[in-house]
Amino acid sequence: MSVMNMIQALNSAHDVMMARDDNVVVLGEDVGYFGGVFRVTEGLQKKYGRARTFDAPISEGGIVAAAIGMAAYGLRPVAEIQFADYIYPGFDQIVSEAGRMRYRTAGEWYLPMVIRTPYGGGIFGGQTHSQSPEALFAHVAGLKTVIPSNPYDAKGLLIAAIEDDDPVLFFEPKRIYNGPFDGFFDRPVTPWAKHPKAEVPDDYYTVPLGKAAVVREGADLTVLAYGTMVHVALATAEANGIDAEVIDLRTIVPVDIETIEQSVRKTGRCVVVHEATRTGGFGAELAALVQERCFYHLEAPVQRATGFDTPYPHSLEWAYFPGPIRLGTAMQKALED
Amino acid sequence: MTKQPERPNRPVLSLHVPEPSARPGDEVDFSHVAIPPAGSVPRPDPHAPAAETHPLATTLVRVLDDAGRAVGPWDPKLDADTLRRMLRDMMLVRVYDDRMYRAQRQGKTSFYMKSTGEEAVAVAAAHALDRDDMCFPTYRQQGLLVARDYPLVEMMCQIYSNRRDKLKGRQLPVMYSDRAHGFFSISGNLATQVPQAVGWAMASAIKGDSRIAAAWIGDGSTAEGDFHAACTFAGVYRAPAVINVVNNQWAISSFSGIAGGELTTFAARAVGYGIAGLRVDGNDALAVYAATRWAADRARANHGPTLIEMFTYRVEGHSTSDDPSVYRPKEAGAKWPLGDPVERLRLHLVALGEWDEARHEQLAAEIADEVRTAQREAEKHGTLVSSTIDFPQDVRTMFDDVYAELPWHLREQQAQMVAELEAKRK
Repeated sequence: MSVMNMIQALNSAHDVMMARDDNVVVLGEDVGYFGGVFRVTEGLQKKYGRARTFDAPISEGGIVAAAIGMAAYGLRPVAEIQFADYIYPGFDQIVSEAGRMRYRTAGEWYLPMVIRTPYGGGIFGGQTHSQSPEALFAHVAGLKTVIPSNPYDAKGLLIAAIEDDDPVLFFEPKRIYNGPFDGFFDRPVTPWAKHPKAEVPDDYYTVPLGKAAVVREGADLTVLAYGTMVHVALATAEANGIDAEVIDLRTIVPVDIETIEQSVRKTGRCVVVHEATRTGGFGAELAALVQERCFYHLEAPVQRATGFDTPYPHSLEWAYFPGPIRLGTAMQKALED
Repeated sequence: MTKQPERPNRPVLSLHVPEPSARPGDEVDFSHVAIPPAGSVPRPDPHAPAAETHPLATTLVRVLDDAGRAVGPWDPKLDADTLRRMLRDMMLVRVYDDRMYRAQRQGKTSFYMKSTGEEAVAVAAAHALDRDDMCFPTYRQQGLLVARDYPLVEMMCQIYSNRRDKLKGRQLPVMYSDRAHGFFSISGNLATQVPQAVGWAMASAIKGDSRIAAAWIGDGSTAEGDFHAACTFAGVYRAPAVINVVNNQWAISSFSGIAGGELTTFAARAVGYGIAGLRVDGNDALAVYAATRWAADRARANHGPTLIEMFTYRVEGHSTSDDPSVYRPKEAGAKWPLGDPVERLRLHLVALGEWDEARHEQLAAEIADEVRTAQREAEKHGTLVSSTIDFPQDVRTMFDDVYAELPWHLREQQAQMVAELEAKRK
């Protein structure tokens, strides 16, 4: 066991898997000697050599396509896209190629590859370093989409993603790389060291894909969250004295429908929260699932607390961010009816 | 690696991953940089077939020699006033960069990017282009704005995302935009502006206009598909465009070899697309001016695009978020064999007898004063951090300009946000 922040836990997941399986290779912009702009791949090139951890040209389409080719050969590439906002030049390769390869070849070819990418705002990154595009990928058949919210899960989920035989989009909430940011931007962030989920085994373990975690049990209402918003949800429930059951989805596709159903049937009320824009966001899918499956258990309409339908503004970032007030308001509304 | 079937007579493959010549702790080594003497490269006629330029894509157009003299066929023969103005602009960019970098370090804004060592690439190009030609820059061509007399206060207000920022605080610092100064909006996503510049140039041709477009892109970003789309479209439609690849040797921590710079030059990309290509000493303001003017003349005469590699060096880190001493020797910038563009132009003016130490010091003092005064003025309108909680802009403006008109769902969200902020103030 060691105390790790998200970055160290993700680094450890790479390290463990590269040591276990020499088919695991890492590529991406600045991931080699430098170890990545967020330092997630630090030390891997030195330890495993340049042929297994290397800098890629600034071509996200090329990075994804090369990873597809490597996976087709039989490697397990882990590709880093430096910011999720940069992923779009790779979109065709992800959507039309990676997502469909198993299907279009009836299983003759499959692609055990991971695309890791830091996402989300809260770091004054402006509109090209703050986006949350997870719904674009959740919408695509053939892709798995994973979003950790703490160091323990980050490592276990990444190892599971690397071992998975299908392409996995692995979104890393960069706002919580160094501490569990709870949405109160004017308060200092406590470092991970004080959080129980920063206790991370040094060796191999997995957190299964497709399994949510109930991070807070409660009776009043269910909050469906992932990434940074898990911490915002916990803090908001606390601040408002609401006995919320907070579910960290961890994987959004395939989503853990059993855990969601169980919780909503118990509480009868549900709030969905994400940082991404509202319209067509993954919250819409969650709300639809809940009403399809739990309609007769619901006491009130499902509420959404989300980012607004604008690009992420630089200076107004804290007016944009779905923080404790927006989420708290949504919770109150779900409790009122 | 995966165990292969036995093929005893075949050689074993291995992956080549390029490495720069020196890492931290190593001696700086620029021995791979071939530098032909100034004035030694021929200057084709701007109306010549593209192929005639292709030998120039693998050499280096240089005008200023070590003694500061302008030599050879590329000497643009500029008058002393223009030279002094270019020197002033480049010095101002450097001082401006230093002030804004420091402002970021003082917590007055979130981010900054300097262009130290690359001032000539933007400033000399701006002087060579017509004032109404359209520029599609990257985040390191603030020199275009300075050379086109865009007010420093406006630039700083963008850096501070403050009340007077015309972009309403929406963009990351340095992502300027100003239509009136022929400066297209900067994107944080790389290479996107280059095919857009080609489209603008095509429109100018469609409309029988006489204006041309110029684009800038870094060496690293030439790996993006957009760059190749730009070259293809520019060549196919003979678009009146100047495409500048600013090869400053580094893309954050990745040296130019990761973008293919070890295999051939970036200017040589022009050969494959059948367009004109020039490779230019980007730290030589006269060479930058001359090559830009050559390409602009060519474009205006309907002979199509030119790809210019501006060979230079990123002396500082990529941005305030970067520490280059982690991946390259600390003293690399100071040892760049093509020198400092500001110093080289100063030396040229001195060699011409048009400049001396006293005038230089006076100019430096004037610039320092101008930048300081502008900064004081800009800070009156707020800085990013002093305005984090009391937002600098009217927060309702967040919803403006998503569309020309505000649809119902944005109107609802706007009302929701206003209510949230009222709740927060209580």
